[in-house]
Amino acid sequence: MSIRPDIALIKKWIKPHSRVLDLGCGDGTLLQLLRDELQVEGYGLEIDPENIIQCVHNGVNVIQQDLDQGLNNFHDQAFDYVIMTQTLQAVNFPDRLLQEMLRVGHEGIVTIPNFAYWKNRLQIGLAGHMPVSRHLPAAWYETENIHLCTLNDFEDLCRKLNIRIQERLVVDYAHRDQPVIRYFPNILGEIALYRCTRNL
Amino acid sequence: MPEQIPADSVGLIEPRQAVFEEPIDLVCGHTLPRYELVYETYGQLNSRRDNAILICHALSGHHHAAGYHSMDERKPGWWDSAIGPGKPFDTNRFFIVSSNNLGGCNGSTGPSDLNPETGRRYGPDFPFVTVKDWVTTQHRLMRHLGIDQWAAVIGGSLGGMQAIQWAIDYPDALRHCFAIAAAPRLSAQNIGFNEVARQAILSDPEFHGGHFYEHDTVPRRGLMLARMLGHITYLSDDAMRAKFGRELKQGRLGYGFDVEFQVESYLRYQGTSFVDRFDANTYLLMTKALDYFDPAAEFNDNLVAALRRAQAKFLVIAFTSDWRFSPARSGEIVQALVDARRAVTYAEVEANHGHDAFLMPITYYHEVLRAYMARIEQEGAAA
Repeated sequence: MSIRPDIALIKKWIKPHSRVLDLGCGDGTLLQLLRDELQVEGYGLEIDPENIIQCVHNGVNVIQQDLDQGLNNFHDQAFDYVIMTQTLQAVNFPDRLLQEMLRVGHEGIVTIPNFAYWKNRLQIGLAGHMPVSRHLPAAWYETENIHLCTLNDFEDLCRKLNIRIQERLVVDYAHRDQPVIRYFPNILGEIALYRCTRNL
Repeated sequence: MPEQIPADSVGLIEPRQAVFEEPIDLVCGHTLPRYELVYETYGQLNSRRDNAILICHALSGHHHAAGYHSMDERKPGWWDSAIGPGKPFDTNRFFIVSSNNLGGCNGSTGPSDLNPETGRRYGPDFPFVTVKDWVTTQHRLMRHLGIDQWAAVIGGSLGGMQAIQWAIDYPDALRHCFAIAAAPRLSAQNIGFNEVARQAILSDPEFHGGHFYEHDTVPRRGLMLARMLGHITYLSDDAMRAKFGRELKQGRLGYGFDVEFQVESYLRYQGTSFVDRFDANTYLLMTKALDYFDPAAEFNDNLVAALRRAQAKFLVIAFTSDWRFSPARSGEIVQALVDARRAVTYAEVEANHGHDAFLMPITYYHEVLRAYMARIEQEGAAA
């Protein structure tokens, strides 16, 4: 089975034998891979019972917890990495969670769908509709994505919160890092991956 | 009475007795020269001897966790919903052991037995037993059965506390620890409820300082009150509302102290039927064992340090409406395990049954158990 492309990209940023917390870990695929290939000691937080059962099947340490309740149960700098793949836009307070991530973890790895992707712009600008796409498949009234943002928005927030972006990868739906995207990331990029730390 | 044994039942079960002539030094400082444990087993121990599971019981539980003792038995064992062929604790795959705790009143040595030193029944002279003592005796039972390591030690409520104590005291002797609807230690409120229950028994004139056997009586009222109080704490407000509401037994108010509301009738029934099957001295001892449970105490009140001794992987489960041992209490266990860098899975099950939910066949709860058991089977002893 081929591994999910975003997971392959994230894996490159993780050091072997590190300690990882995955916020909104889904079925535990990422943690399973990091455990099997990098001997990472990981825990995932997840709210959905179906996903939790899958995590249990996968032998992944999963903790049923609502991210909107915060991460109070984790100590400062308890993890080397705190990862959030396609989750930030679905929480109540993305700004608070982002800060919590970097309190609990030394590094934060965040992936977000870019709301300013050109096809999204077309749907709003020309058709006058909220975008529905491969990455944002749900209609506006049933989407879990209540805090969508663009690359610029996310990077503005990081500046405001004194978060340093160490690395950024902007890719298309298939998670290909196409050279053309690098010129106009906030238009051509569909998904962005960030590796960030606290500005000390 | 079962007309016929259901297909997913372990069937007719015969309890067995294990006799231990080796004295046991108890935490309270007393020594019991000998004792017996009654236990049941379901399923078969495999040739690698790596599929054995220990089930630990709660406050008023016993060894009879599944199946029937006879065709005349009205109800199956207390955790029959989870134990049997094809059930979450699948007896086609696992060898399950369930024993009655020391100090119990269902066949293991306890206060209602004869004290060999005096020739009288122990009564109040039976030494105080703790969760740690139970684990020591269960460990001896494990060796008695020729088992080197449990695939899992599993328990709900006070049973979950035994599972935690196992992981700390015998780190090599279990691969997985299930702490369901448990807590790392009791709160003041928990101890408060236990104390009221004990006072109900102790102040019953029929208690006779615990020597009621010799007076050919039992402290019925006290034990009944203790159970009625306990039962309220096992149910949630919502569950009681759904089950009884303010429904009246006779359809109208009688302006008297006889049973008027259905909930009164239910509690009285639970209380009186408990008196017929449980010993008052055992109830006192079991509530004390709950109060004393505090594995962190041996480690400077540091639960993380206590759990750092554990090698097992943990499954912690809590139920949303459980206010006796709420999800927040399970959260304390989970947090300490994460801090101790131990493997842990935590599921918080939506349920309105209160503390008793751990005995219910709730779909999500049982799915988690099934998935986890499948993983245990897959890993085998190699993991």
